[in-house]
Amino acid sequence: MSLLDYFKTSKASSASLAKERLQILVAHERSSRNQPSYLPQLQKELLEVIRKYINVDQDAISVNFEQNDTQETLELNIVLPEHQTKTS
Amino acid sequence: MARIIVVTSGKGGVGKTTTSAAIAMGLAKKGHKTAVIDFDVGLRNLDLIMGCERRVVYDFVNVINGEATLNQALIRDKNCNLLYILPASQTRDKDALSQEGVGKILDELKKDFKYIVCDSPAGIEKGAHLAMYFADDAFIVTNPEVSSVRDSDRMLGILSSKSRRAEQNEDPIKEYLLLSRYSPDRVKLGEMLSVEDVQEILSLHLLGVIPESKSVLNASNSGTPVILDEKSDAGQAYADIVARYLGEDKPHRFIDDKKGLFGKLFGRK
Ligand SMILES: Nc1ncnc2c1ncn2[C@@H]1O[C@H](COP(=O)(O)OP(=O)(O)O)[C@@H](O)[C@H]1O
Ligand SMILES: [Mg+2]
Repeated sequence: MSLLDYFKTSKASSASLAKERLQILVAHERSSRNQPSYLPQLQKELLEVIRKYINVDQDAISVNFEQNDTQETLELNIVLPEHQTKTS
Repeated sequence: MARIIVVTSGKGGVGKTTTSAAIAMGLAKKGHKTAVIDFDVGLRNLDLIMGCERRVVYDFVNVINGEATLNQALIRDKNCNLLYILPASQTRDKDALSQEGVGKILDELKKDFKYIVCDSPAGIEKGAHLAMYFADDAFIVTNPEVSSVRDSDRMLGILSSKSRRAEQNEDPIKEYLLLSRYSPDRVKLGEMLSVEDVQEILSLHLLGVIPESKSVLNASNSGTPVILDEKSDAGQAYADIVARYLGEDKPHRFIDDKKGLFGKLFGRK
């Protein structure tokens, strides 16, 4: 009986784990689906402009598009290289 | 007005062809003239499931190319004279189907048929795109399993942005969830996503649950849609689904583990 209990509890978590992983993934994929189509191009051009002044990596910049009932926001995040933040 | 139903999923092997055959037969048995079209170009299989593989002379692509008329290509079902099958071509040419060609054939079918069931291939490539493009209703066949649920959600995104209805700003395609290969006993043990789990993730209207059933293989072995096996659980599940789709009020079945110890020991059909 203890063996059966073991299987029951270990598997009880397997479906809920699947659900949790799916909820996160699906939410993420849905939000990127609703992004405006100009976003990748915007990100590319912004990066070019910023690079004229600061030497940042490709992945130092992120552009996030958020949408709720009342408004749409565009959030721009630039992570500056370490030595620059120190000297400034 | 004729209605075009696409049976789709994204993922392969989840039960689209089984479902297309069953619901097309179910709709025809209810007295509606129905055509079922195999969109899986290069991997024709609906003919086998419907048991008409030896009567295929012309196919979908022949009609598009003007090599045969629609009437020459449509195969009348041996069990129900209101049901017709349009087989897929076995060509390896991926571009054999065009949006214009498919649209023309569907328009022609709409004049004569009440329901047109489109059996989509797996994937999100051209064949799957064309199968869903002209649809009025979408039956999303999903298995209670992570990759199938994820792919179904992707397909929902495509239905709401890339279909004719979306492009022309008409009312959106009506989407229904068909949860297939469901094992209530495994759900009870926490080994399988439950109906509620899947509904919560996909937020879709549930048309029905089709249990994992031996009768599906038996049906495909003999080339008779499983819905004709009226004693089987899967057959009854599909009959319920057709009835609900047509507006009948049928309580959901096959969700709970009704097998007692006796049933578990001796199995059930
Ligand atoms: N409810 C079910 N119970 C058991 N086996 C099933 C069920 N539905 C489908 N199958 C089996 O799964 C396999 C894939 O089904 P199919 O309808 O061809 O899927 P698809 O068209 O989505 O690729 C087939 O072998 C079929 O017999
Ligand atoms: Mg198939």
